[in-house]
Amino acid sequence: MAASADEMFLIEARLLTESLEAGLLDMQERPGDKGLIDSVFRDLHTLKGSGAMFGHAELAHFLHDFETAFETVREGKLSVSPPLVKLGLRACDHAVSLLDGGPPGPGAALLDELRALVSGELPQGAGRPWRLSFRLAPDCLVLGARPQALLDELRQLGADEIEPILDDLPELADLIADRLYIGWRMTLPPDLTEEAIREVFVFNDEGLALDLAREGASPDTRPPGEEAGPVAPAGGGARDRAMMRVPAERLDELMDRVGELVIAEARLAELVAADGNPNLVAVSEEIKRLASGMRETTMSIRMTPIETITGRFRRLVHDLNDQLGKTIALVVEGEETELDKTVIELLADPLLHMIRNSADHGLEDAASRLAMGKPATGTIRLSARYSGAEVAITLADDGRGLDLARIRAKAVARGLIPVDADLDEAAIRALILQPGFSTAESVTELSGRGVGMDVVRRTVDQLRGSVEVDSEPGHGTRIRMRLPLTLAIIDGLLVEIGGERYSIPLAAVEHIIELPREQARNSNGMRFLNVRGQLVPFLRMRDLLASTGDPGPFQKVVVVTAGELRVGLTVDRIIGSSQTVIKQLSPLHSALKTFSGATVLGDGSVALILDVPQLVAFGQARDSMEAA
Amino acid sequence: MSVPTHPAARGRADATMVTLSLGDELVAVPTAILREVIEPGPITRVPNAPGFATGLINVRGMVVPLTDLRIPLRMPIRPPDADTRILVLDLPLEGIPAIVGIMAEQVHEVTEVAGAALDEVPSVGARWPRRFVQAVGRKGPRFFIIPDLDAIFAEHLVGADPSRPNL
Repeated sequence: MAASADEMFLIEARLLTESLEAGLLDMQERPGDKGLIDSVFRDLHTLKGSGAMFGHAELAHFLHDFETAFETVREGKLSVSPPLVKLGLRACDHAVSLLDGGPPGPGAALLDELRALVSGELPQGAGRPWRLSFRLAPDCLVLGARPQALLDELRQLGADEIEPILDDLPELADLIADRLYIGWRMTLPPDLTEEAIREVFVFNDEGLALDLAREGASPDTRPPGEEAGPVAPAGGGARDRAMMRVPAERLDELMDRVGELVIAEARLAELVAADGNPNLVAVSEEIKRLASGMRETTMSIRMTPIETITGRFRRLVHDLNDQLGKTIALVVEGEETELDKTVIELLADPLLHMIRNSADHGLEDAASRLAMGKPATGTIRLSARYSGAEVAITLADDGRGLDLARIRAKAVARGLIPVDADLDEAAIRALILQPGFSTAESVTELSGRGVGMDVVRRTVDQLRGSVEVDSEPGHGTRIRMRLPLTLAIIDGLLVEIGGERYSIPLAAVEHIIELPREQARNSNGMRFLNVRGQLVPFLRMRDLLASTGDPGPFQKVVVVTAGELRVGLTVDRIIGSSQTVIKQLSPLHSALKTFSGATVLGDGSVALILDVPQLVAFGQARDSMEAA
Repeated sequence: MSVPTHPAARGRADATMVTLSLGDELVAVPTAILREVIEPGPITRVPNAPGFATGLINVRGMVVPLTDLRIPLRMPIRPPDADTRILVLDLPLEGIPAIVGIMAEQVHEVTEVAGAALDEVPSVGARWPRRFVQAVGRKGPRFFIIPDLDAIFAEHLVGADPSRPNL
């Protein structure tokens, strides 16, 4: 059940190192940003504090000096310099390695470098006593905080002139017994470090408002309360709100439960519809509304912004700048775009690989760029945006573009295509996503793990999305992925084909038209339909699904889209739309590409879900085969 | 097979088994992997799936593949009737825990089978492929066979019927 304290610490520590890394990278661009400096300091401080608490003495010891260094930065006595940021990043890596149980050895060298960097710039404490005022979170008593113990601890540090702040004390009638209304202010001896004082609050920093300044120092005008939660990473206005960390499995469990609820609700609705009792109908409607609300909320809990993985990309590009001797900028657009957490996790590796690829193969060095009249800095642009029930993620670079002749030659050499294959440009570009295309030769130190671009295609397929490659010689390459927003529950269009029911993801449905009579009869004739002036190929689903049942008298065509492509699916009857809980097919059936999963209908029977991108690809492929 | 097997399914040890009829023969499956026996409800046909696993059923909200051991064991098939049941089994597929259903023409009883009462599959005279049968045993006057479920399922994983269209 509950993760052990150490596990929780490790999870927290990982988040902190990520936040720290992001903060340092941002700091490089905005060295003067005080909010950033605070955030980096807080991350270091919390990491060190909780590290010590959970017995990671090595980590705490190592981070101590870095914390001190950034404290001096915070006090304005040391300026943010590129070497300091670089060193910070390496320290961050070392901290991660320590958390993973790595050897403490490399730490000493880093600390030596740090000392060399800050030596001479560290003035001694100003020698004036500290003025401290603080206020704990009002609900901290419920959570087990003991202000008395805190005050005792402060007394041991030498606190003097302790007095309560009673401004917020309400009228007696309004007083809630377990709420804390009182703050305290006091004086502390001058020889204490700021860190030592803050350390006292390490268990109570949730919702803590703390004001600490040397006496007589320029009055800090921030009223207590201004200082937000303990971890307020750079640029994260939205993150100041109260957060709660939940193990991912519980979210999956919750999603399963909601799935069952949706199915039970559909069953109830069917029974009630047959029964016709208006009271029952009303209750059933209400439950339907609640279930659909539950579904929305649960899905929104699972939605994670892309920015949770972009930190890694920034870091990668930062490192690549050094390793490749090129100047590369990473521009990320639409970082707030949210996707199901599973999708995000699966995307991280392919995107890392694509960025590496762009930097390694796509972008030219500064000299060649200038010679071509391009800016010296190569740009890799990662953008994410919603488009219908999908998210489009595009990775574009302004490099040299794909060399089609070389790709072709390489594909022939690797035996992927015959020498005389007749491929158009799009088909040649798509070759780079083929398994076995990028092998040994392109696996440099950067391309690292030996994964090729085919991992991109594989991941996208797994997520039931699509990917296309676009490129213009001399101007760059663009890879665009389209992914479904969620994997768990979709709105489905239920149809009947040969007496059997199938579900089509509603988001992919463009429109529904009658199948013209002459085409309904003639199964060998034209396989195109005129849909609003456009010829759309269509698939006779009865044939494709080997249906034996009777066709309906009035066949319909459901026009579905994947990316820019469309295909019509002939069905006998449209039953209606419903919430569809997607269940994966077992390995016994996963080779059947026609279906992306199955779902349980209101009457308890199972319906297969048609895989639209696969059907569209199939329809288009057959179309071009016949055209040839 | 490299797939780890439930100890009870390995044949030689004493085990509690459930016996069922398939193609006029008696077949035994260890109760250790039996979740429940259900009456067949609606079965959804999976187009273009191999004959061994042509259907899907709903077992308490889970979508479970329905399989027919008569296909790999080359037994005659007859249409379902009032005695037809489905055995719901816990069986790892590709090393991942999974739930599958197997058809039974009739389910008989749960019985103790002594490991010593089991024999190797005779090399001649058997109708079924030897690789799919773990052992044969005798219960009173009748013989029964213990199918090698791991071997059977492993052979049908990621299988699409090659003779039928698939995208």
